[in-house]
Amino acid sequence: MTASEKRNGTPVYKLVVRDIDFYYGANKVLHGISMDIEKNRVTALIGPSGCGKSTFLRTLNRMNEIIPDTRMTGVVTLDGKDIYRDFNDPSTIRTRIGMVFQKSNPFPKSIFDNIAYGLKVNGIKDKAIIRTVVEDSLKRAFLWDEVKDILDHNAYMLSGGQQQRLCIARALAIRPEVILMDEPASALDPLSTSKIEDLIGELKKNYTIVIVTHNMQQAARISDYTAFFYEGVMVEFGPTKELFTKPDRKKTEDYITGRFG
Amino acid sequence: MKTVQNNNTVSAVSLSGPLEFKPKTSGTIPRGLTFLAVAIIVTMLLIILGNIFLGGIGTINWEFLTHPPENGMEAGGIFPAIFGTVALVILMVIAVVPFGVLTAIYLHEFTRPSSKITRIIRVAINNLAGVPSIVFGLFGLGFFIGFVGGGLDSIFYDNEGPVWGQPAIIWASLTLALLTLPVVIISTEEALRTIPRELKEASYALGGTRLQTIGRVIIPQALPGILTGAILAVSRGAGEVAPIMFTGAAYYLPYLPGKLNDQFMELGYHIYVMATQSPDVEATKPILYGTVLVLLVLTFILNFVAIYIRSSMRKKRATV
Repeated sequence: MTASEKRNGTPVYKLVVRDIDFYYGANKVLHGISMDIEKNRVTALIGPSGCGKSTFLRTLNRMNEIIPDTRMTGVVTLDGKDIYRDFNDPSTIRTRIGMVFQKSNPFPKSIFDNIAYGLKVNGIKDKAIIRTVVEDSLKRAFLWDEVKDILDHNAYMLSGGQQQRLCIARALAIRPEVILMDEPASALDPLSTSKIEDLIGELKKNYTIVIVTHNMQQAARISDYTAFFYEGVMVEFGPTKELFTKPDRKKTEDYITGRFG
Repeated sequence: MKTVQNNNTVSAVSLSGPLEFKPKTSGTIPRGLTFLAVAIIVTMLLIILGNIFLGGIGTINWEFLTHPPENGMEAGGIFPAIFGTVALVILMVIAVVPFGVLTAIYLHEFTRPSSKITRIIRVAINNLAGVPSIVFGLFGLGFFIGFVGGGLDSIFYDNEGPVWGQPAIIWASLTLALLTLPVVIISTEEALRTIPRELKEASYALGGTRLQTIGRVIIPQALPGILTGAILAVSRGAGEVAPIMFTGAAYYLPYLPGKLNDQFMELGYHIYVMATQSPDVEATKPILYGTVLVLLVLTFILNFVAIYIRSSMRKKRATV
């Protein structure tokens, strides 16, 4: 059963990407990427290191703008609004399209303050609201039971897997519609990885998720759609099951069968 | 595999069996030379410190630290100079830290590191660090006292005698601030450079603006470096004489500075005065030794505080 069969009628596309070219200085690293990302689904981006999948992910919430000497052409729309031209300030778009990074990157603050950070920078000062949202976010990330008694402890005390779930909780706290994940489990042990994967399965009920992963089994397990990137080009994009069982392109087949990469 | 068959001067190499390595020379001579260098430096340091300590410790007592000089500096204490040094340095820190930190943040967060303008500014800062301190003193005299102070006098005081256009603690501290600016900029930039990119990205990804990210993530992370820079600036500034001798330090003052445009006494300048201008050098010698010891101890304490703050704050920083 593929994603499109599951839901009758036309799918709803949360993010629509058209003709993205991306440059680091004079070096072109993305070539004409176009993609429709369906709402409440998990879309996985796979490909060998340096293929541009992380760079592409970061164009979806304008994170590349903080890197000097980069340039992009093309259009990304969120619910039909151009995220580059219809929003003056990139910080606004990032509250709607959240991000979780490869290395867990909690602030050197308490667990509570880590979650509260996103609320505070977006102007929420009411302590009662902040407390409620912190608790709710930690529960959504299945971390609440482990940390509810140590909210004032420094986040660095947590294990690697807990820190990554804290970062997910922190991203959830500002109620994004889309969550971008850049290899969120690549630095974690198998048990923590499976917790993160379970969490992703749970989160897609409420969020649209785009995830970069090195791990093809992971992509096969958790995603509804998969895009295969190679040397800055999107070679193939389709329902995960089809892409992994009968890929259209020889290159895709070679990669997923481990012939290179 | 490399072949040497074409090279007539080298005999054919057998690819099996051991190669004939040159026997190792003993490390005695290099070790001896390096040890000698260290021994000389340590001995010199011990002689200097020992001389100052033995010469000065007898003079230092509560009286010496809390009373003004008397009898043409042949008796009494050095309290006004200690007070003046501390006041001077506090004013200098107030001026130099915000300027230095803002400059470093501009260079590191708002410009591209490869851009021409950034490189020019950096060269300028490094050159500023290399300018002899006497030049800063003359600049302070010409710019702060003559131009700024004189300008204020002619605008607000109708030139009825100098109010701001004369040597004063404010001008001396600003001159010192200029001198120590590179120290603060460089150590702040060093601190900014060590902040993990991931941490800034975390802030941006949560909808933080650039200003919020600087204020809530970057500056708190850089604080140990900023404080270290401030204290290094203090320990540098506290020992300088040349920049303040034209801009505000006084030979002798019967009162403590109470206003920004008062002159002041200062330890380093006091040492200079006693060593060179005293009518009876032998009589002032014990006081001279005592003053040097006080200045040294003050500088050491500041350095230890800097090291302590840096190491204790480093433990609290992110190490993503």
